[in-house]
Amino acid sequence: MKDMLVQVEPLIPALRRYARSLVRNRANADDLVQDCLERAVRRWHQRRDGEVRPWLFAILHNLAVDQFRQSAARGRHIPIDETNEDNFGEVAGQEQKLMYRDVLNKLARLPEDQRAVLLLVAVEDLSYADAAKVLNIPVGTVMSRLSRARERLQQEIAGSADGAATNVVPLRSAK
Amino acid sequence: MNHRPITEDDLHAYVDRVLEPERQAEVAAYLGDHPDVAKRVAAFTDQRDLLRAALAPIAEEPLPPDLNLSRIIEQRARRPSVVRWAIAAMLLLSVGGLSGWAIRGELQPSPEGLVALAREATASYNVYAPDHVRPVEVRASDAAQLVEWISGRLHRPMKVPDLANSGYRPMGGRLVATEHGPAAMFMYDDDRGSRIVVLTRPMSSADQNAPMTPQSHGDLGGFAWADDGLGYSLVGHAAPESLRPVANEIRKQARSI
Repeated sequence: MKDMLVQVEPLIPALRRYARSLVRNRANADDLVQDCLERAVRRWHQRRDGEVRPWLFAILHNLAVDQFRQSAARGRHIPIDETNEDNFGEVAGQEQKLMYRDVLNKLARLPEDQRAVLLLVAVEDLSYADAAKVLNIPVGTVMSRLSRARERLQQEIAGSADGAATNVVPLRSAK
Repeated sequence: MNHRPITEDDLHAYVDRVLEPERQAEVAAYLGDHPDVAKRVAAFTDQRDLLRAALAPIAEEPLPPDLNLSRIIEQRARRPSVVRWAIAAMLLLSVGGLSGWAIRGELQPSPEGLVALAREATASYNVYAPDHVRPVEVRASDAAQLVEWISGRLHRPMKVPDLANSGYRPMGGRLVATEHGPAAMFMYDDDRGSRIVVLTRPMSSADQNAPMTPQSHGDLGGFAWADDGLGYSLVGHAAPESLRPVANEIRKQARSI
């Protein structure tokens, strides 16, 4: 189990980040990561050779999907609007904080499957092939979802910049 | 030079910086000639940077105690045996209420797995204990190396039981082949030169836990049991009962890993 500790522990912060971007709520996200780690400990010896990172993200992703399904079946929504505001306090100024929150809100509005691809690829630095493994879809589907996710997020960003809607911070990237 | 046409996939791979340098340069040249596409790609790049910056602080947060992996591993080592025993006890109680089956079952556990394990331990004893040249492959003086090797092969943290209180000194151990996969064999001797062998390996799902049961094969005797998925068989040139305290000691130590 020592090799597991060495290989898995450094990835926990990234797992938390992915979980938090999927469910937004800190407590729920950490519960997911905890479930993920427990499952990983149980299955460590059944793991086929290969990289640990996609293996862990796959466990986490599947747990998140199960949770989405269950809450959908119960007709209950996971609260997603507990913002990460506190966490930005130390590292970002007010304007940046708003900008970050804004983009995360827009990210949250993407369809779940597009959001997952975008996060795994653009934030968690998984290769397209590894993202395909995590999501159990062909690489071609990863590419098309990535493309749609980026276009859509871009529309949201550009749209809000043009529309000067309430509570919106103009983004450098929109121009 | 023949350029492959630039694809949408190339543009995304360019944003994600995963292209081969040569292709990266080709895409960059293409973007130089196509300002509209370049604008789109720049927007995607900004978007990527923004997302990363917005999410970075989460990964910087100190980990809460529930996500302490060492602790999760430790709990895993302890908790399941309790749960499994509890389930086993519930099953025995519920079946026992219906018939005498459980009682018979308890007095005469069907230790098919244990019998196989004890047979394997006996075979190892017969081959290695009389060996004067190389009874063990890794000597006790290299215990750390031995532990690392067998823990790796058995996919779980292992320890060489300390039997000093029972008068046995560790000689060392080796990995042995069984019909059920790799097993760890530890060998000990006492002041009179009597050797004992402890064989341990993962058990099949049917025998994850089994009570300590005396075993004997000809002149050899000992005990076999299974705890939380790991089977143990202690074998010596002795009547089983004389080895019971040693078996108890091994079980106690294994449970505290």
